[in-house]
Amino acid sequence: MVRSKNNDAYMSATRGLCMRSMMELDQSCSNLREYGSEQSLLSKPDGSSTFVQGDTSILAGVYGPAEVKVSKEIYDRATVEVLIQPKMGLPGVRERAREQCVRETCEAALLLTLHPRSSVTVILQLIHDDGSLLSCCLNAACMALMDAGLPMSHLFCSVTCAISKEGQIITDPTALQEKESRALLTFAIDSVECNVLMSSTTGSFSVQELQQCIAISQKASEQIFQFYRDSVKRRYSKIK
Amino acid sequence: SLFTFPAECSISTADGSALVKIGNTTVICGIKAELTMPPSDAPNKGYMVPNVDLPPLCSSKFRPGPPGEQAQAASQFIADVIESSDLINMEELCIDKSKLCWVLYCDIMCLDYDGNLLDACIIVLLAALKNAQLPEVTINKETDLAEVDIQKKKPLKINRLPVGSSFAVFDDSIIIVDPTAEEESLSTALLTVVTDEEDRLCAVHKPGGTSLSGEKLQHCINRAITRNKEISKLVGKVIESKTTAK
Repeated sequence: MVRSKNNDAYMSATRGLCMRSMMELDQSCSNLREYGSEQSLLSKPDGSSTFVQGDTSILAGVYGPAEVKVSKEIYDRATVEVLIQPKMGLPGVRERAREQCVRETCEAALLLTLHPRSSVTVILQLIHDDGSLLSCCLNAACMALMDAGLPMSHLFCSVTCAISKEGQIITDPTALQEKESRALLTFAIDSVECNVLMSSTTGSFSVQELQQCIAISQKASEQIFQFYRDSVKRRYSKIK
Repeated sequence: SLFTFPAECSISTADGSALVKIGNTTVICGIKAELTMPPSDAPNKGYMVPNVDLPPLCSSKFRPGPPGEQAQAASQFIADVIESSDLINMEELCIDKSKLCWVLYCDIMCLDYDGNLLDACIIVLLAALKNAQLPEVTINKETDLAEVDIQKKKPLKINRLPVGSSFAVFDDSIIIVDPTAEEESLSTALLTVVTDEEDRLCAVHKPGGTSLSGEKLQHCINRAITRNKEISKLVGKVIESKTTAK
């Protein structure tokens, strides 16, 4: 299992991606909880992974490219299906909304035109929810897609920001911090240009707060992409 | 992508209703108020249950059967907007703490799907809520039963006026406001920004698709803020004309 060390806010040289100046970013630091991932843990799916952020844990399995039902097939590209299974009960409306976000993010990242009339199924099983659920789902999906070896044009990772009632921005909030916050913003960032791929927000906030959260998410995404690189490097360095 | 005036309609069996047409997209909303016990985690609040239905009537791409992903995701989006924008004071819907409250079932049905569903749903919900009248309810102290006085009706107090603006993105170079169904199917990403009258953002909904740079996103938000002013003026005008006609 590859785990990252919990980094304190660092102000290393950035690539000029942040919109606010360095000084203002210093106050709301991108402090992620300890995260870790394991790949290839299931034998039946083509790719699988778990992603753990603090106490939030998701297990992802990917099947693909595989056969697709004629009613769902698309003539020139693969059909992506995402299923999110909650811990208890059947998937409801909330899971459907999350599935839509994960599915469209995966569709943008995968090179679907290489597998026409096929299906790529991503199944996400919720193991424990302690905040930042949608982010953890996206990160687990990306690691599972990498493990399955599906061709992608870029990788993606996701960061959640919570704006507390006093206006402080907290990254990677726990369930308690989410409940006490005034707004919750989840962004998926791509690895090539660090632009926003997906945005899902609840609560009301000002335009400046949105820009700040996007800048903080872009900074935090660098850490997660470095973690992806390290874990893949470590895994393939054993295979000669 | 023209915008026509929201036409007033009355579903006589509903407590509030509205019909909105944005270009060819036609959406109707009916609000039914029922009495129920408040939820145990919020005993002094009523609640709203939005439901978006995309029947096979509105477009050939929707099949009969249980609601598909788009309908469910739209229902969840509307529920999030109601909560984020603080549309109505939920405490006002409560009649007797932990015993009786109003629950508003908002059924939004699409009659003609030509893209830009989310904007239309938000506007129709707002118009129907402004149109809704709830009867007065008193609790009889002796029998402890609720007495509904249908003759006395009060309109709902609406705090905020959230308005959505949808955009279709093509490879981060072209952004089209208010996309039709054809434009949506050819786009590489869709973005919906919901703002309220104080220029605060209630939702920035971009469920995946190709990436969008910061300046383009800011451009869309500015456009959404101007659109908010145009649409709230329009909705206000129609509601006013209906009340003066009465």
